[in-house]
Amino acid sequence: MLNQLRPAVMSLLALTLLLGLAYPLAMTGLAQAVVPNAANGSLVRVGGRVVGSRLIGQMFTRPDYLQGRPSAAGDGYDPTQSGGSNLGPLDPKLADRIAKSAAALGGDRRTLPADAVTTSASGLDPDISPEFARRQVARIAAARHMDAAAVQALIDQHTEGRFAGLIGEPRVNVLAVNLALDQRFRTGKPQS
Amino acid sequence: MTWQGWAEIALTLVLTVAIAWPLGIHLARVLEGRATPLDPLLRPVERAILALAGPQAATSQTWLGYTAALLAFNVAGFVLLYAVLMLQGMLPLNPLKLAGLSPDLAFNTAISFVTNTNWQAYSGETTMSNLSQMVGLTVQNFLSGATGIAIVGALARAFAAHRGEGLGNFWRDVVRVSLHVLLPLSVVMAVVLAVQGVPQTLAQHIDITTLEGAHQTLVVGPVASQEAIKQIGTNGGGFFNANSAHPFENPSPLTNLIAMIAMNGLAFGCVVAFGRIAGARKEARALVAAMALLLAVAAGAIYLAETQATPALLQAGLASAPNMEGKEVRFGAAASAVFAAMTTGASCGAVNAMHESFTPLGGGVALFLIQLGEILPGGVGSGLYGVVVMALLSVFVAGLMVGRTPEYLGKKVEAREIKFAMLAVLILPLAILGLTAVAAVLPVALKGLSASGPHGFTELLYAYSSGGGNNGSAFAGINANSPWWNDTMALDMLLGRFGYIVPVMAMAGAIVAKPKLAPSAGTLPSDNGLFIGLLIGVILILGGLQFFPALALGPLVEHFQMLARTAAPLR
Repeated sequence: MLNQLRPAVMSLLALTLLLGLAYPLAMTGLAQAVVPNAANGSLVRVGGRVVGSRLIGQMFTRPDYLQGRPSAAGDGYDPTQSGGSNLGPLDPKLADRIAKSAAALGGDRRTLPADAVTTSASGLDPDISPEFARRQVARIAAARHMDAAAVQALIDQHTEGRFAGLIGEPRVNVLAVNLALDQRFRTGKPQS
Repeated sequence: MTWQGWAEIALTLVLTVAIAWPLGIHLARVLEGRATPLDPLLRPVERAILALAGPQAATSQTWLGYTAALLAFNVAGFVLLYAVLMLQGMLPLNPLKLAGLSPDLAFNTAISFVTNTNWQAYSGETTMSNLSQMVGLTVQNFLSGATGIAIVGALARAFAAHRGEGLGNFWRDVVRVSLHVLLPLSVVMAVVLAVQGVPQTLAQHIDITTLEGAHQTLVVGPVASQEAIKQIGTNGGGFFNANSAHPFENPSPLTNLIAMIAMNGLAFGCVVAFGRIAGARKEARALVAAMALLLAVAAGAIYLAETQATPALLQAGLASAPNMEGKEVRFGAAASAVFAAMTTGASCGAVNAMHESFTPLGGGVALFLIQLGEILPGGVGSGLYGVVVMALLSVFVAGLMVGRTPEYLGKKVEAREIKFAMLAVLILPLAILGLTAVAAVLPVALKGLSASGPHGFTELLYAYSSGGGNNGSAFAGINANSPWWNDTMALDMLLGRFGYIVPVMAMAGAIVAKPKLAPSAGTLPSDNGLFIGLLIGVILILGGLQFFPALALGPLVEHFQMLARTAAPLR
């Protein structure tokens, strides 16, 4: 094996320079030049201030905002600790947590969509199902003293269907809807 | 269940198998040393690297020479990666000043990436600097994949030869595969991913204030370039802890589709390339058919399992709903199920949903796919040599039944080859079941588990299956960053990788020396439905006999427990 030492070391070093430095750096240069917004995390700005990433969910608790799914990432939507609950299907902790979430959401349990009471795999899921969004319309409308139909229309605008009608699931980007709510109705604060 | 879900699963598999042909044809050209369209750009680089490598890169190697070169290359790769991880704190491109890894974690991680496993006992976002991700992990994502694919060339040449000796040159194979196959595919995929929203930057943290005024730290980095080769090379080691479920690794249903095609397409392509080089195109088609058929059944089974009502949801009063715990809304049950089947059918190990939160049967099917030996379609290269081993065993079993010396692709299959084939196959139960059995009685191992009872046992069994099968996915509740877990998992991965490769190379050495026979009336055809059925039977019986007792203690018990619970509220 000793006579293979030179080819092993030399080819490894050459390939490391090419694949470990040249390739990622070239891709970085290219992406930064062509799609700087996407390459830098799809950041969303309001009045010049970065308020989040379109792709990363954040914690919403106020009644006048659309709220996302429960999150197992740190204390909730912590991108430095991405991950799921990893609770098994029969784990009593899972049943307890889901029962609590369902109770907190109220309304008819039978029609509650599963994404409303389950944590996502990343803990950073930026989306909810259209059904879960629909259930929140009345609350948002009441908190903002506005017409429920207008809120639903706004949610519909930000609902994305399956790709090519087949791929993935229909979804609502929570941050996008909340930005639109704030923009359309000026303040996010309850107006009472 | 929705018809769109079934259609998505079918479409994904059809596209994946379809792309295997152009990929396989290209790969065959590369392994045969013929011209490719990118030669004007890549040939000078190839020549330069091979010149640096010296005269060893220009000779034809016997199986021993080829294997020695392969092992030397992997040892060198291990040493470099281990050094990068240990010294991370002193190296540049580390904006967060992350310290070097502990010795056992660095050892585990280096073995993990060199063996194409990408088991991760760490969280990428809080452990790895950008330099470690690029120069350390990305490089081994390429080279461990190229190592596997090189063996496709060696094995195919063994079957093509007539009383031959040489299997080709490892250095030439590994460099050509890296340059002409993996690099161009990765460049294209990285660009597509970056356009779709996968970050590609040298920054690492972005601090922001959210809409509600909370503080949030976004983690970014050179993700797209690593994500591309992570899928194409069936590596599966995520930039982030949440892997392909993380919106920055896999932002949309479209990127998810691309990721799935990428993590299986080239593995199927290896079979196509093997068929072309060995002069056995129809036989390769039969292998692809058997692999794809089993994969499709597994994907459908996981989808069925994941759309059943689960006890936790039923108890909370929800009507039947998909098991969305540990799944992303943009993917849902169908895209999560087919991803799970493809990542465990290949030895990829990327996950877009948390397998630990799957229903017992959903997670159990994923686990069984790993235990079948990572051949559906398996890792790049490793899937091909794994399925060829199974094909040899199939013709051997058929030969026993009719009392003839079996042949495969014009080569007589005799005692020596079957011994090496069985030696390779038996390393998996030895590593997986042996380590699981030991760990199951040791408190130091059990400390790392997040669950008890049958689910805890499945967590344990999944970990060692994932290591031995060089998969790298996990029932991720496990805390595997302790010396016991880091060291035994490293041993598991080494046995599963090189304990398999060395007998396969010895087998290739035996096959290359045999005369190439023309098929006679007594030859069992290995390109028809009968052979596909026989091959599927051998794969299932071998895997089933080895692992069914263990599966019965984990996923199956848990499934019956679940039935007992879900039946009650419905009554």
